[in-house]
Amino acid sequence: MDRKIFFIAGIIIAAIILASRMFYLQIIEEKYKVNADNNALLYMTKYPARGEIYDRKGRTLVGNKTTYDIMVTPYDLEPFDTLDFCRIFNLDTVAVKRKLKSYRENRRRVGHQTFTFIKQVSAQDYSHFAEKAYKFPGFFAISRTARVYPFNAGASLYGYINEADSAFLAKNPDYRRGDYVGITGLERSYEDVLKGKKGYNIMVRDVHNRVRSSFKNGEYDVEAIPGKDLTASIDGELQAYGEFIMRNKVGSIVAIEPATGEILAIVSAPGLSIEDLTNIRTNYSALAQDPYKPMFNRAVMSAYPPGSVFKAVNALIAQQNGAITPQTMYSCSRGFFYSGGKMGCHGHKSPLNLKESIMMSCNAYYANTFRAILRDPAHQPIANAFDHWKEQVMKFGFGVKLESDFPAELAGNLPSTKTYDKIHGKGRWNAFNILSLAIGQGEVGATPLQIANLAATIANKGYYIIPHLIKNPPDSARAAKYSEKHYVGIEQEHFAPVIEGMYLAVNAPQGAGGTSRRAYIPDITVCGKTGTAQNPHGKDHSVFMCFAPMDEPKIAVAVYLENAGAGGSWAAPVASLIVEKYLKGEVERKELEDYVAHSNLRQFVPIKRKR
Amino acid sequence: MQENKTRRVDLGLLLSYLLLIVFGWLNIYSAVYSEEHGFILDMSQRYGQQFIWIGLSILTAIFILYIIRPEIYSTLSPILYIIMAVLLFAVIFVGKEVNGSKSWFFIGSFGLQPAEFSKITTSLLLSYIMSQYGFTLTNKKMAATAAAVVLLPILLIIMEKETGSALVYLGLLFVFYMQGMSGWFIILGFSLAAIFSLTISFSPLTAIVCALAACSLLRLLIWKRGKWFISAVAVIVLIAYLPKLYATLPFLELFKPEVWALILFIPHTILWIVDIYKMREDRGSFYLILSLICAIAITFSINIIFNKVLQPHQRARIENLFGITEDLQGIGYNVHQSKIAIGSGGLTGKGFLNGTQTKYNFVPEQSTDFIFCTVGEEWGFVGSLLLLIVYIYLIVRIIVLASKNFDTFTKLYGYCVASIFLMHVVINMGMTMGLLPVIGIPLPFLSYGGSSMLSFTILLFIFIRLDMERQSKE
Repeated sequence: MDRKIFFIAGIIIAAIILASRMFYLQIIEEKYKVNADNNALLYMTKYPARGEIYDRKGRTLVGNKTTYDIMVTPYDLEPFDTLDFCRIFNLDTVAVKRKLKSYRENRRRVGHQTFTFIKQVSAQDYSHFAEKAYKFPGFFAISRTARVYPFNAGASLYGYINEADSAFLAKNPDYRRGDYVGITGLERSYEDVLKGKKGYNIMVRDVHNRVRSSFKNGEYDVEAIPGKDLTASIDGELQAYGEFIMRNKVGSIVAIEPATGEILAIVSAPGLSIEDLTNIRTNYSALAQDPYKPMFNRAVMSAYPPGSVFKAVNALIAQQNGAITPQTMYSCSRGFFYSGGKMGCHGHKSPLNLKESIMMSCNAYYANTFRAILRDPAHQPIANAFDHWKEQVMKFGFGVKLESDFPAELAGNLPSTKTYDKIHGKGRWNAFNILSLAIGQGEVGATPLQIANLAATIANKGYYIIPHLIKNPPDSARAAKYSEKHYVGIEQEHFAPVIEGMYLAVNAPQGAGGTSRRAYIPDITVCGKTGTAQNPHGKDHSVFMCFAPMDEPKIAVAVYLENAGAGGSWAAPVASLIVEKYLKGEVERKELEDYVAHSNLRQFVPIKRKR
Repeated sequence: MQENKTRRVDLGLLLSYLLLIVFGWLNIYSAVYSEEHGFILDMSQRYGQQFIWIGLSILTAIFILYIIRPEIYSTLSPILYIIMAVLLFAVIFVGKEVNGSKSWFFIGSFGLQPAEFSKITTSLLLSYIMSQYGFTLTNKKMAATAAAVVLLPILLIIMEKETGSALVYLGLLFVFYMQGMSGWFIILGFSLAAIFSLTISFSPLTAIVCALAACSLLRLLIWKRGKWFISAVAVIVLIAYLPKLYATLPFLELFKPEVWALILFIPHTILWIVDIYKMREDRGSFYLILSLICAIAITFSINIIFNKVLQPHQRARIENLFGITEDLQGIGYNVHQSKIAIGSGGLTGKGFLNGTQTKYNFVPEQSTDFIFCTVGEEWGFVGSLLLLIVYIYLIVRIIVLASKNFDTFTKLYGYCVASIFLMHVVINMGMTMGLLPVIGIPLPFLSYGGSSMLSFTILLFIFIRLDMERQSKE
């Protein structure tokens, strides 16, 4: 008797557990009710057209064309002529048959779901398919937009779009599998603006899960909102020209409009071609293995020693700190000698003043100047003076990210007192140990974007606006960010001797000792500063920064050519071509253009092959 | 004589039976319903075919009630059992493979599943052996014979790869229990099953908290200790669940009720151990806490063994054993869809034929193993609960009637029938609601299928007929 009671009690307990589960599922938990609606109603996504990108003169850089995705609902498939089907899309019959077989084998899991069968079919193939569609029940096409690039340039800059991957989907719940998303470049930076908003048609499914009709006559359908168009700050023609010149060189060009911080052209060579961009899916691994690393955007990601262009920074800081005046003279006897070492220099007049030191790029002058900065009595011991100097340098945007709208931008590097404490021991280093910083060598690394920004800062006589790639910022936050003046903490008057030196470097008569004669353009006053960056990878890097015209600067340019030798020999003429192209619209110095454009400087670049 | 017998058919059982088959038929109609085939007697559709099976079942029931002499069941049980064993064995070789298991004979287009019918013969033979004069489970030989009767079909059915059906036979343990087997076997068996399914379906944490709660509750019930503590924990855990009841606040996700419960239970358990150490409690209490520690250890070992130690193919084998294999082929999806269907029913359901989930084929196997989805969706919580109550009434009624019998054979057979129904109902509903792993067994009288409809009918009506004898003797 006792046992019967226990038996029944057990049954009752089991019943209570089941009943409470029912209560939980049917009364408490809300999520299943919402899911149920999603199940019976089919939300057919309407994909918006992605925003287009125009250049500063209104020419289309990135446009759209319609392509088609061929979809399949395996449940609705009926036997069809596979060969005919494959011929339309030029597919491998075996692969198609294998795919169809796998649908059959997994039919329980597949159920009534619809999958993408072929992606991005051309309009022509689609029309062939549409004619014969009745022969292939279970297949249908939906239209999507794909990118077109009318200007054959700027691929690295626009970036590519691809289907969102799992990691991205996990972080961005708004996206669904199969959605395209900008992965690099402008497409990524302005993904929020360009993407638009998906819409949907709500359809009711019938008994066999086939779409039967529009739900309540489309009353609740939502139209897709196309993405907003962007106007890039880029000058398409200049960009194309830059890429043309750089096609046989390794390095970067960055051109900025100083007054606005708008980037006019940004070239990284070797870079992606438009062709690479359109076929990124198939070319990806080849591109990733290319020893020249075309996917690596040197203009914003490569931290190079800036070389002598950095002397301008030291000249400005030294004046601001009172370490030197424009009249300060230092002598140079083909170098700067100190106990235990020598910093070499080339032959030029001696002694020389500040403006001449810029013009002739004297190393000894900046060794003295840098020592004077570090001996500033207001900031002693030397570690304090160094920190003060570093702070001032960082105000120019070196060693920190400029926060441009280029997604992959890097900060470059600046050493700290810790760096030297580690190398030499705490308190055991002096001005001579770190003397190479005087001339932009050693532990300092800057991106071409940062160098161009320096040129723009000098052109603006004291401030810069964060370099950016668009003319019409999509919201007020970004509009404010890209119009704010960042003062670098140098009085305006201190710029005059530097600018004059840069002017003379380009425009002083032959034989006067100007280092940048090859940047000279008749009737444009170019102010420039060369740099020749020693590096452990072979020949010196050729560096040049300039702005023009002198009185009312319209363009600031930085050119960085890897292993191309002295700054004056290659970087300077490349920069001058860019300036001339932009300001005149046409390069009149055809001989120089020909010579530069057809010189292959890539051969000097040592390649590190990936295994 | 005939007229007297008619009166003595147990009305409660008969009515619940009729209620269930009609309700089941309506739900199959709704599950398969489409506009092209609207007529409920359309023989090309499952509801049409089910109608034939229902008719056949009712004829069989009448046959059992009024034609077959009840004495033959005990006499014939060994022969029937052997025939069925041969069939079970034969089907492994000549049977047709359906969904990966070889358990079907096909006669024309209608299939028969011997595994369904062997429940009847096994129950009959078990009752026959156990009702022999002088049978006792304390005699090891007799106990072994009885166990062998149950184990043979289990073995054969596992060989047919119908592990789910084999599991049902474990329900016959209840009969052993009623005949004097220690209740600890049942508790042990079900605790293991509970811990296993809690760990797999929810989390080790949930399993541990449930073990803690169950053991502490038993301590309270039996030894009346830890009363205040348990009440306090109950109140606090309820409070922790309250926000979940009214609104799901995101920050509460950080403080899962399980975690609260775990933290709250720890001091109680420590105090308890201290009490045992100080000899303040008796041996039973000591064993209870020992089993609690075992339960926790098992939870951890299940998780570790299952996920870390076992190689993928070994894991697959275990999953296969427990019928989780199908999960890999998408039943995980099925259970999710099934929960959606049931959950979307709400309090009163969407109404007959109005369910969108089951009708549009979102739930596979919806007319067979997952028929409860249709009930849940179209009849809501109220309908589901009523259905459960009818089942529980049916099962309890069988037990009560059986226990009144002086004839041991009838009594034991009644317990067998009740156990088998109980296993089917609990496993099937538990599975569709995601409480148990997917074990494909039908819901008695509701699921589409001739074999199950016929075998459940025979199973039930043999008992009803046997029970009539009791009343006629009174």
